[in-house]
Amino acid sequence: MEQEQGEYFILRLFIAGSSPVSVRAIKNLREICEEFLKDRYELEIIDAHQQPLLVRDENVTAIPMLLKKQPEPCRRIIGDFSDREKVLRGLGIRMK
Amino acid sequence: MAKNTSKPKSEPMTGISKTRTGISGLDEITLGGLPSNRPTLICGEAGSGKTLFSIEFIVRGALDYNEPGVFMAFEEKAEELKVNVASLGFDLDQLEKDKKIRIDYVHIDRSEIEETGEYDLEGLFIRLGYAIDSIGAKRVVLDTIENLFSGLNNDGILRSEIRRLFQFLKSKGVTAIITGERGEKSLTRQGLEEYVSDCVILLDHRIINQISTRRLRIVKYRGSVHGTNEYPFLIDNEGISVLPVTSLELNKEVSSKCVSSGIPALDKMLGHKGFYKGSSILASGTAGTGKTSIAASFANVTCLRKEKCLFFAFEESPKQIIRNMRSIGMDLQAHLDSGYLSFYASRPTLYGLEMHLVAIHKAIRKFKPDVVILDPITNLITIGSVSEVKTMLVRLIDFLQAEQITVMFTALTLNNIVNEQTDEGVSSLVDAWLLIRDIENNGERNRGLYIMKSRGMKHSNQVREFVITDGGLDLEDVFLTEDGVLTGSARAARLLLEQTGEVIHAQAISRKDRELIRKKKVLESKIDSLRSEFESVEEELNKVYVEEALKKQIMGDTLSKMTDLRRGNTGFSSKKIVKKNKK
Repeated sequence: MEQEQGEYFILRLFIAGSSPVSVRAIKNLREICEEFLKDRYELEIIDAHQQPLLVRDENVTAIPMLLKKQPEPCRRIIGDFSDREKVLRGLGIRMK
Repeated sequence: MAKNTSKPKSEPMTGISKTRTGISGLDEITLGGLPSNRPTLICGEAGSGKTLFSIEFIVRGALDYNEPGVFMAFEEKAEELKVNVASLGFDLDQLEKDKKIRIDYVHIDRSEIEETGEYDLEGLFIRLGYAIDSIGAKRVVLDTIENLFSGLNNDGILRSEIRRLFQFLKSKGVTAIITGERGEKSLTRQGLEEYVSDCVILLDHRIINQISTRRLRIVKYRGSVHGTNEYPFLIDNEGISVLPVTSLELNKEVSSKCVSSGIPALDKMLGHKGFYKGSSILASGTAGTGKTSIAASFANVTCLRKEKCLFFAFEESPKQIIRNMRSIGMDLQAHLDSGYLSFYASRPTLYGLEMHLVAIHKAIRKFKPDVVILDPITNLITIGSVSEVKTMLVRLIDFLQAEQITVMFTALTLNNIVNEQTDEGVSSLVDAWLLIRDIENNGERNRGLYIMKSRGMKHSNQVREFVITDGGLDLEDVFLTEDGVLTGSARAARLLLEQTGEVIHAQAISRKDRELIRKKKVLESKIDSLRSEFESVEEELNKVYVEEALKKQIMGDTLSKMTDLRRGNTGFSSKKIVKKNKK
């Protein structure tokens, strides 16, 4: 496994309250981040119910949705992040 | 959320409460509008007018019924949408500022999304819920929700979420329109109709003979009666207008008031009254028989009565008609200026029959005329079959009768079978039918007019000669002779002949009179001469008598003288002499 240098990840996760899917998504995502992006990521978790305007502005439809604001290009990953391979591909992290 | 307090109109008969769309004509077809608090599916091919239909629903709701609305666009960006409907005079920006509408553009780009397991569309629900609550929306449009299927892969999730969405909309108490693209075998590509079971409207855009017609059909409307036909609709600079094809009932008001035809002699043929108000009149004839002149004359007299007349010209331009009618003493321009007359000119091939009908409807609703003229209806056959034209006219007459508008059609008859059929077909619909026929005789063509029928009215059965003069139109009695009907110069010649005959006759009589007088004179003179002859004879005769008397006297004198002479001889001798004389 190889660490990519200098790339800092800004992530924004939209969840809906404490639904089972949301809880599972947070858990899965934290695991992935800790494993691959340790100390170089910033994860903001937003409850869509609390911030409907942000939901609109960020054009969120499906939930849970992870927005990768940095690095470019901006990507969206939806689901409970149980498919690890796809999550990494979405984040642009190469697995060895 | 706000309750549905201000329901503009509900149908007590059906039990279902309805929300008026404000789209002209649609509320008539649905008998009150779309089902309140329920979703309605509008499906159709690309370009069939789904988006426009739904945006008009939102805008009319906001403007006319004080029902704010949310427009959730999955296809067009809000800016694009605003520009697109600005041409219809809808200012979405202002409406958004006034908190009357909300536009939310939902965009899903498949290329930037990675699906990594289970998810739902809660984000969409939150956005929609927020938009509804923020303005107290009563109306919602989702245009086109099927786009979700192209953005996301998991059909199973999407289907269950869409089902949940409809439940959500119902729980919010909003009247919703969902649009869907027409599928190959089903109404929509993704079979949305199975989720929306209350009301489904299908839009169609068909091209027949290179002329396109938009049509609308209510596929289903649960819990309500509705028109089941295909209704044509028109998109123009004022939005959508749907035409309620035929009224469901036949309970029109009828009037026994009469309106003049503009030709006094024709009124006379119609029992001195003219046509019934609200009736339909057909004037048919071959080319150049003066059908347009009759129509214009009717228009002219209507405007002179200070009533409004709408003239649909399918053949000539208004300017042309005005110029032509000026030559026979009608000043239509004056009526045009005073606002009693309005022209609506269009080429029949401009659009399909149905669209014409919609356009005619619209123009009539706008102008509110007392009299409508269509000149000529036969031109419409170029864009439709005979039966189509007939159905169109049935609908038009239906509509006009309901509005108590008198209508005059002109129709061209050609000497071929197809058009005679049209004549027949249309003629059964109209209340009065004037037929103008060419009478070719004596090396010239003249026009003969007669009334084929006039329902509920005593009318003349005579053929009249129809003459167009500088001073207007008139009807002349024709001559009926053993050779047939005489018109034109033959009539004039006949008239001349009769006049000459009279003069000659008169002369003959005076000659005879004179002869009689002469004879009398001759006789009188003869009598005179006879009388004088008689007098002379009488005189002669008298002369003899006088002579005789004289003789007698003289003789008596002589005798007495002689007696005196014989005095001496007593009386004897004198007696003898007397005796002698006696012998």
